[in-house]
Amino acid sequence: MSASNQSLPTHPAVSDERPTPEFCFSVWEQALRERSEPKWVYPLRKAGLARFAELGYPTLQHEDWRFTNVEGIASRPFRPALTPAGATLTPGELDQLVFARLGGDRLVFVDGHFSPALSHFGPKPGGVELTSLGAALKNGGATLQASLARQSRVATNAFTALNDAFFTDGACIVVPPDTVVPEPVRLVFVGSAGGGQGRSAHLRNLILVGAHAQVTVLETYVSFGGTAMLTNTVTELEAGEGAVVEHLRFQDESEDAFHLGALYATIGRLANVVTHSFALGSQLSRQSLHTVLDGEGLEATLNGLYLTTGNRLADHHMVVEHAKPHCASHEYFNGILAGKSRGVFHGRILVRPNAQKTDAKQTNKNILLSPTATVNTKPQLEIYADDVKCTHGATIGQLNPESVFYLRARGIPLETARRMLIHAFAGEIIDRVRCTPIRQELDQLVWDRLEADEHVHVGARK
Amino acid sequence: MQPILEIRNLQAGVEGRHILKGISLTIQPGEIHAVMGPNGSGKSTLAAVLAGREGYDIVSGEVRYLGQDLLELDPEERARAGLFLAFQYPVEIPGVNSTYFLKAALNEIRKHRGLSEMDAIEFLGFVKDKIKLLELNEDLLKRPVNVGFSGGEKKRNEIFQMAVLEPRLAVLDETDSGLDIDALRVVSNGVNKLRSPQNAALVITHYQRLLNYIVPDFVHVLMDGRIVRSGGKELALELEERGYDWIAREQRLAA
Ligand SMILES: Nc1ncnc2c1ncn2[C@@H]1O[C@H](COP(=O)(O)OP(=O)(O)OP(=O)(O)O)[C@@H](O)[C@H]1O
Ligand SMILES: [Mg+2]
Repeated sequence: MSASNQSLPTHPAVSDERPTPEFCFSVWEQALRERSEPKWVYPLRKAGLARFAELGYPTLQHEDWRFTNVEGIASRPFRPALTPAGATLTPGELDQLVFARLGGDRLVFVDGHFSPALSHFGPKPGGVELTSLGAALKNGGATLQASLARQSRVATNAFTALNDAFFTDGACIVVPPDTVVPEPVRLVFVGSAGGGQGRSAHLRNLILVGAHAQVTVLETYVSFGGTAMLTNTVTELEAGEGAVVEHLRFQDESEDAFHLGALYATIGRLANVVTHSFALGSQLSRQSLHTVLDGEGLEATLNGLYLTTGNRLADHHMVVEHAKPHCASHEYFNGILAGKSRGVFHGRILVRPNAQKTDAKQTNKNILLSPTATVNTKPQLEIYADDVKCTHGATIGQLNPESVFYLRARGIPLETARRMLIHAFAGEIIDRVRCTPIRQELDQLVWDRLEADEHVHVGARK
Repeated sequence: MQPILEIRNLQAGVEGRHILKGISLTIQPGEIHAVMGPNGSGKSTLAAVLAGREGYDIVSGEVRYLGQDLLELDPEERARAGLFLAFQYPVEIPGVNSTYFLKAALNEIRKHRGLSEMDAIEFLGFVKDKIKLLELNEDLLKRPVNVGFSGGEKKRNEIFQMAVLEPRLAVLDETDSGLDIDALRVVSNGVNKLRSPQNAALVITHYQRLLNYIVPDFVHVLMDGRIVRSGGKELALELEERGYDWIAREQRLAA
């Protein structure tokens, strides 16, 4: 292999050789030597690489990717940002971003690398661990061995495999049993401007919530554009017995960005977990949510909103796996699509043979604001238990003209009327956010976005 | 005096159906006109055309409202100019808070009238008496527009909105249907409160009963898209007694 021990290039596309994951891994191995990860991590990475070699980038022939074409990623050179970029943001710039005013701890990552200067977090009482994954691994990471890549390892998702191999950093949050983290933990992932074509950041977050512990985690993804950067992020969440967890993923990357996100969650007995996905940005985004309901009597709410314009595509690929009896899962996903944008929703509900008394509900509602916007939505129920309640429903439609007329007949201008109705539709999802300051900011942000965007104006005039 | 509304030979239809077949009607300030007529005769169509609902084709005729060409205006412009339609079937609008909606509507209209916008506190003060007048539960205003309201509450809510927006011309489309006796009195009371020498109303109803409370100056009978008879309030009593058939018969005889 051609690795040298000179200083490593940020983007290892130095040779004539077309940069591929295999090639980059050889460079990456060199960098890893200096990172002193525990010995058990390397085989995980190697396995991820092998898995990716088996799977390759998905094509439209792949059942799970029928409507989402990743050719724009596959055809670009593979340039993972293996070392931190020289230029970073100033704290001032960061404070302009969403959720900057929220209190509490903040971990910031730029192009996949932890930025201590931009982060602020203090030592936590009660043994709560909050740090970068890199630091956690460097410190031994013995407690992480059982969890890291436990859920992602069996991935059928090529991007998760790639992430196993190449993740540079991410957050590590460990909440011991019976511990409440009062303020939301914010994880901010920034893609910097510039860099070469095909640049990618691979992030791995690990959130381990002990029995009867409580925490709210907000992942925010933003980028400054210019290079069609790929963000490939994987979060593994384990919620113990009786844990109460709110997890939010807010994606608002620049309109040339690619965003591939996965959330693997394993939920224990009597736990209450709600996850949210807000997909507002990037040219192509895909969120894969794989949730395993792994204890009796738990409740999982999977909530999501996508807002697309132009030629953007937002994809949500859900797997809700009922592995134990007496669990409830509720999926609520609303899409608001303008321009020529596309929404994709695939909702698989898998009920294992012993998961009796399962109550699984799934809704996917879409509003098309232009005749050229499209949605592909598909439920997929696989039920191997006989005493269950599974419902699903999908709708694709326009704003209700009766409602628009009612508002106008009271003197409200057409555009305001449309905005009120679209906002109300988004509000069904936003209202499920439990953390009040986050909910309020999201609400304002979506309202502003609707006002600024083509969402309201398209096809408005009769 | 300038009429509030002047409809001249209005012919209109929807989806290729010819529904209004030549309607002429003039409403002066201070007047209340009742329109009665069998199901399907075109009453709601007339209301919809006046309010500017989309999808209706105006075949011929004109409508002047306070001297302007009404049919030229967007629905919201009509509302701001003081036209109000109480819907036969008020729409439920999930996610849009009633107070927020009505305050936005009121402020649009106030802007148009050259008045300052009201903030939330002023608004709540302003609507307090009107809520009482319509005997509405204040909690309804915290709910989304019409969502989960009973049939009667929806109708009362329409008249409550009317009381807040203080229109020059109110068009009430079967506001009385589905109301019990007490609610009927409350709603009529609300309408009568708005009566003034400057304002006018067009009241669409099937029942003479309503007209005991809201006493009209004129009663018109609409059949098959035409006003076939007009008279004073006693015409409503006659209709109650004899139904519409005798008018239809007389029509045929005349023809
Ligand atoms: N959108 C439409 N498409 C086709 N026909 C319509 C439409 N709207 C109304 N009509 C028809 O026009 C006629 C008049 O309807 P309209 O609702 O105006 O009657 P109405 O007098 O208000 O009746 P009711 O007393 O039952 O409320 C009816 O025959 C109705 O079916
Ligand atoms: Mg009618």
